[in-house]
Amino acid sequence: MDFEIVIGFEVHTELKTKTKVWCACANEFGGPPNSHVCPVCLGMPGSLPVLNREAFTLALKTALALQCDVPRITTFDRKNYYYPDLPKNYQISQNDKFLGTGGYLEIDLGEAGHKKIRIHNIHLEEDAGKNIHPEDKNVTYSLVDLNRAGVPLLEIVTQPDIRSKEEAAAFMTQMRNFLQYLDVSDCKMQEGSLRFELNMSLRPKGSDAFGQKVEVKNLNSMSVVLKCIDAEFDRQSDMLRNGERVMSETRLWDEVKNETRAMRSKERANDYRYFPDPDLVDVDITPEIRAAAQATIPELPLARRRRFEEQYGLPAYDASVLTASFTTANYFEKAVESHPSPKGISNWIMTEGLAWLNKQPEDTTIDDFPVKSAAIAELVKLIDTGAITGKIAKQVFPIMLETGKSPAVIVEEKGLKPVDDSALGPIIDEVLADPRNEKTIADLRGGKAAAMGALMGAVMKRSGGKANPATVTPLIRKKLGLE
Amino acid sequence: MAITIADVEHVALLSRLELSVGEKERYAQELSDIFGHVEELNKVDVTGVPPTAHPLPLKNVFREDVIQPSLPNAEALANAPAKEGPLFKVPQIV
Ligand SMILES: [Zn+2]
Repeated sequence: MDFEIVIGFEVHTELKTKTKVWCACANEFGGPPNSHVCPVCLGMPGSLPVLNREAFTLALKTALALQCDVPRITTFDRKNYYYPDLPKNYQISQNDKFLGTGGYLEIDLGEAGHKKIRIHNIHLEEDAGKNIHPEDKNVTYSLVDLNRAGVPLLEIVTQPDIRSKEEAAAFMTQMRNFLQYLDVSDCKMQEGSLRFELNMSLRPKGSDAFGQKVEVKNLNSMSVVLKCIDAEFDRQSDMLRNGERVMSETRLWDEVKNETRAMRSKERANDYRYFPDPDLVDVDITPEIRAAAQATIPELPLARRRRFEEQYGLPAYDASVLTASFTTANYFEKAVESHPSPKGISNWIMTEGLAWLNKQPEDTTIDDFPVKSAAIAELVKLIDTGAITGKIAKQVFPIMLETGKSPAVIVEEKGLKPVDDSALGPIIDEVLADPRNEKTIADLRGGKAAAMGALMGAVMKRSGGKANPATVTPLIRKKLGLE
Repeated sequence: MAITIADVEHVALLSRLELSVGEKERYAQELSDIFGHVEELNKVDVTGVPPTAHPLPLKNVFREDVIQPSLPNAEALANAPAKEGPLFKVPQIV
């Protein structure tokens, strides 16, 4: 029997605010353990949470950008569970009057077209602290750092609309890109500021019914999520083929064994007993509050892609590749600002820039590229003005990458300036006098245009790639009396 | 509504409380009494009264996003039953 994958995601993203969501402690990754804590985020009795206006605005902005239905009144609830990284023994979350419901993220699947991944709900909550497990196996305790406790966390829950690993990959990268465009989160998976929890089930191909869904936590990179999809497909399809029932449960990813494992009964004993948090008052999303958040939504990926085609005359492919990452699109526009040669700059970014990026860890962006946008612009300018040939540029680029020097400096230092046209004469004479070229010259005289390419190659080689091809061709023809 | 021993055991597990047989019996009785009292309240006609979690008609209480000093680490850990360096120490979890 063939099975179809059914996937939904719970996306958790830490919002980019200066302070935590209910208290004025710094929202900052790292820092000495338990240095960003206060009575509120330590859950001390008598302390009172107060909602961070900026966190709420960023959350509302995201809900509106995802086309969610945003109600007039939204409220906060307590989700009760017992775990050491949660000092209050409850997480302040939303379970009744969500910030947003409905809405969708439209993902681009290349040749397979576009697909809307619907959103079930989007809500604002707080992150938990960090548990540290000492390396020593004999130790019988854990350690807790609560710097992250109370960091604003936005959860986006999708409908089970994803049907393959490829769609899951497209959803994750494009959701990350969307959040980066919105500028609501750093989206660094390594630091945990963006996390994907997987809800996955299988069903016989052609069936409309949903199978028992398994939720997997502890997935700390996109590649791990994709590995997990494969592992769960194998596990669940084996069970179904053997006539076993897949249990609806929460499982944890085991990085060492590359498989999921069931949580132990104590970890599983969750009965959240949600109830309204009496410490927090309702938020009335007035037309003014809504309009103010709406006004902060910047140009989104699809709009930017269309603008790249219109404003810069880029081919659809270039526009889609460049805008598939917020930082890459910014890098491109900065380069074009200093030298308006969009296609030339696009070519260098798409070949060299993205080739470099593909070899880096997941969270790397073009901003980490050793060759800055101004340097790429300068290189293209040198080519456009004829100061260097495209061939020389290919030699200059690796040195830029390695040393971070400007292309003009490298050209100067390495003596890569194009050969003066006056110096070309003797080089061409040498090539034409070379007995090995006799047949080629005869071919050219005989009207075989392709022979010019071979002679050009010989001239380029002798000049160390520094001859300007535009001047070489007429000179050869002239010297051979073909003009 | 009568709270059974099984209900008490369930809630005790969720709260990580270890209860003796005597305690379970006592809590089942006490919690049943409390639920009985709430059931009295349920008899009040609240038609047309919107549910609320707050006694005061307040909404939109916000705090501006400005950092204030946090607690010094020693003070943050002062009440912890166990600690190691700057960290809270708890029974092993994995
Ligand atoms: Zn705090």
